[in-house]
Amino acid sequence: MLDAIGVASPAELFEQIPGPLRLGRPLALPAGMSEAEVYERLRGLAERNADAEAQVCFVGAGMYDHYVPAIVDAITSRSEFLTPYTPYQPEISQGGLQVMFEFQTAMSELTALPVSNAALYEGPSSVASAGYLAIGATKRRRFVVSRGLHPHSRETLQTYAVGFGAEVVEVGLEGGLTDAAELAQAVDGETAAIFLQNPNFLGAVEDVEALGAAAKEDGALLVVACDPMTLGVLKPPGECGADIALGEGQPLGNRLDFGGPSFGFFCATEEQIRRMPGRIAGETEDVDGRRGFVLALQTREQHIRREKATNNICTAQALNALGAMVHLAWLGREGFRELGELLVRRTAYARERLAAVNGVELLHTAPVAREFAVRLDAPVAEVLDRVAERGIAAGYPLARDYPEFEDGLLVAITERRTRAQIDELAEALEAAMAASRGSLQTPGDQQEPQVGGAT
Amino acid sequence: MALTETPMQAERAQTIFEKSKPGRRAASLPEAGVPEKPLAELIPEKLLRAEPPRLPEVAEPEIVRHYNRLSRRNFDLDSGFYPLGSCTMKHNPRLNERVAALPGHARLHPAQDPRRAQGALELMWLLQESLSEICGLPHVSLQPSAGSHGELAGLLLTRAYHADRNEVRTKVLAPDTSHGTNPASVTMAGYEVVKVATNERGGVEMDDLQAKLAENEGDVACLMLTNPNTLGVFDENIAEIAALIHEAGGTLYYDGANLNAVMGHSRPGDMGFDIVHVNLHKSFSQPHGGGGPGAGPIAVSDRIEPFLPRPQVVRREDSNGHGPSYDLDFERPQSIGRLRGFQGNFGVFVRSYAYVLSLGADGLAEASETAVLNANYLKARLAQGRAGQHLPVAFDRHCMHEFVLSGKPMKRELGLATLDLAKRLLDFGFHPPTVYFPLLVDEALMVEPTETETKESLDAFAEAVDKILAEAETNPDLAKNAPYTTPVRRLDEVKATRQPVVRQLLA
Repeated sequence: MLDAIGVASPAELFEQIPGPLRLGRPLALPAGMSEAEVYERLRGLAERNADAEAQVCFVGAGMYDHYVPAIVDAITSRSEFLTPYTPYQPEISQGGLQVMFEFQTAMSELTALPVSNAALYEGPSSVASAGYLAIGATKRRRFVVSRGLHPHSRETLQTYAVGFGAEVVEVGLEGGLTDAAELAQAVDGETAAIFLQNPNFLGAVEDVEALGAAAKEDGALLVVACDPMTLGVLKPPGECGADIALGEGQPLGNRLDFGGPSFGFFCATEEQIRRMPGRIAGETEDVDGRRGFVLALQTREQHIRREKATNNICTAQALNALGAMVHLAWLGREGFRELGELLVRRTAYARERLAAVNGVELLHTAPVAREFAVRLDAPVAEVLDRVAERGIAAGYPLARDYPEFEDGLLVAITERRTRAQIDELAEALEAAMAASRGSLQTPGDQQEPQVGGAT
Repeated sequence: MALTETPMQAERAQTIFEKSKPGRRAASLPEAGVPEKPLAELIPEKLLRAEPPRLPEVAEPEIVRHYNRLSRRNFDLDSGFYPLGSCTMKHNPRLNERVAALPGHARLHPAQDPRRAQGALELMWLLQESLSEICGLPHVSLQPSAGSHGELAGLLLTRAYHADRNEVRTKVLAPDTSHGTNPASVTMAGYEVVKVATNERGGVEMDDLQAKLAENEGDVACLMLTNPNTLGVFDENIAEIAALIHEAGGTLYYDGANLNAVMGHSRPGDMGFDIVHVNLHKSFSQPHGGGGPGAGPIAVSDRIEPFLPRPQVVRREDSNGHGPSYDLDFERPQSIGRLRGFQGNFGVFVRSYAYVLSLGADGLAEASETAVLNANYLKARLAQGRAGQHLPVAFDRHCMHEFVLSGKPMKRELGLATLDLAKRLLDFGFHPPTVYFPLLVDEALMVEPTETETKESLDAFAEAVDKILAEAETNPDLAKNAPYTTPVRRLDEVKATRQPVVRQLLA
């Protein structure tokens, strides 16, 4: 090979790098390891994590411990889906392109909006992309955001807004729900978009239609972030006046993976089709009249439009969207609705069961679908530690994101959380709170002898 | 040329929705085990959905057949040579899939208390340290989800850096050869792009750079570069370029799409770059997945560090003799904030860290060396015979990990456009190179073989190109109407954009 090139050694090829810029030493990294050694090293790290197999997981906050059917892994691990690049050559990428088309159809069905893209990175950055779209559509630079929108989404939107030169205005919650009067007041003729989440971060099911109706009078776009697993039972955003529906796609066919990779879905009205971010597959025909699929509307994209592109996204999450499509096909029309109903009923049971625990009260009484918020009359961090000792991750503490709910805990339900596990959570919380209260008392006041044992 | 229809072509494509029959299903769900109250007792009726979404109704065997059949309509890296320039289609080790699937990784909730996710945080910290060493820059954030996300992060960091110095700058320089994501990110970050010309050796045109800096004095926020650049050549003037940008008060941004050329040989930090993104789905073997997932961590210099996204993974040395512990640091008052939810694409980090461990210091340097050797060998092969005549290399010098050919003579002499050659390559069982990029080369073909290809596969590719050119000398229509053997033939892309059909209309 060197002869063909006409050099004496590979090192000669690196002479185009000026001497002072050549590293001239080995990287300060360990030597390579055998496959078996790498496996053991990573297994050792993995074992130091309390995953949802080691602990019963009631933590949600945007990502949920759903059961991913075996068929999802079987399909997504096929080389033909795992190892190609983005389908730039449609003639040899019909599999991937058709999956995108099917995924778009499914997400349009879920959200009741006619246009879907083939997925973005994940939830919160999809929210920011909706902001960019809204600026393009309205030529305005003001976002009104409900405090019920996921804190990560609000923060991400704020990060991007600095680049967009946009202002973000937040509207508070009242009884767990977006304050309708405050929202109506906050939206004005300069508002590009209104951002709601349903169910909101505290688990409450919002009346999106009513909230949006008042707000949309001034011509702002209504953006609704939603949990796809609730769309079998909750009124879809497209029927509530949403211009854009998006969200974190992880609950559909994707594992927790400590936060990613998952995908973001992004659906909109026909009016926005040429402002959409990301890849979109479209149906067409080949020269012989056969049905086929291609990347459509590429003139929106960075590789064609460069600085005038509707978004900068290139590599996204195609494989994760495939996982979602297979999961949705597996659930099917009836299964998807049944799963939604199962979540609502088990959540109602869990909420009632926990509210009956001494020292637990509901943070709000608004309707919920798959997650709810409670307040504890003992320090949350301490209670969580005690419950963790019983092999339960009780929920997501609200203090960091909502200082006003320092005593708040968000509890999530999936089809994996059985009635017995919910009962056990209730008992563990009861014991942990009793123990926490006990440990605050002086020794002379000690009433419950088991207290010390729990620490 | 008479060709019979292939079996895939004879079969009409059918979607999973078209295979739906009422009442069929795959899913088995657990019993609720709790009181079966009517939903309207739990959630007001007006907030409920009237009809379930019309998802397909199919049994599991049909789902498996459907998606297996679709998979056979894809060409993939495991099936053959995939020299797509700028995309680094290297082998994806299967060990990485195995370790990413361990329950301790795959079923770990992202909001798990850091004290109970020590293994995951340590892994992230170790990957940060590895990327820091490879890039020659002291600080790393793993948060960006892909290269373009890293670019946006870098530009927002630049904005924060200047804002902190009470400077307002509005322009970002980028060469005319840059990836499309660069200018798109510039606009999203609220800057304006100023193009810089390319010289006859494929590098930045220094006179033009100086002119653009002078024209925009005090207003240039950043210069975005890849090095080696999109023509596959190393810009020897990089130290001087860095000095000019720093003197002008700007930051220097490294698009890491081409990092696979220089791992263990040269480091962006040592070249003078302030901010680097790394495509873990390119240089660090994360499978491309048909368009993701990827990850685009950024490495930065000390002066940029205070503005990094939050949270940051940090290591704390323990005083109690327990050894170090790892945590998420949210207390970063100057941070640009979050770029996404939670901590990033952790599953990608697991695969990439497994890759770093497998190769080690020597292996990474060898990977780059072999990538450069393979590219130069294939370039030399294609410089011979018909390819050399009709498809000359755009910049005739040693390349790094990729090179660019111009199809201009081919078009003139044989009437074959670059697109025709690409489509005919499909019939020969090859994925074509990147076509029509970079924009500065007429009828461009950008070839990146990567280190994981054998000499035999490079030779076979060169021979296929030669055969196609030989065919074209007598019968150019053959390539112009190609491909013939693929599941579908050339598709009407104009129709798909003029009258977009982007979902199936369901009954």
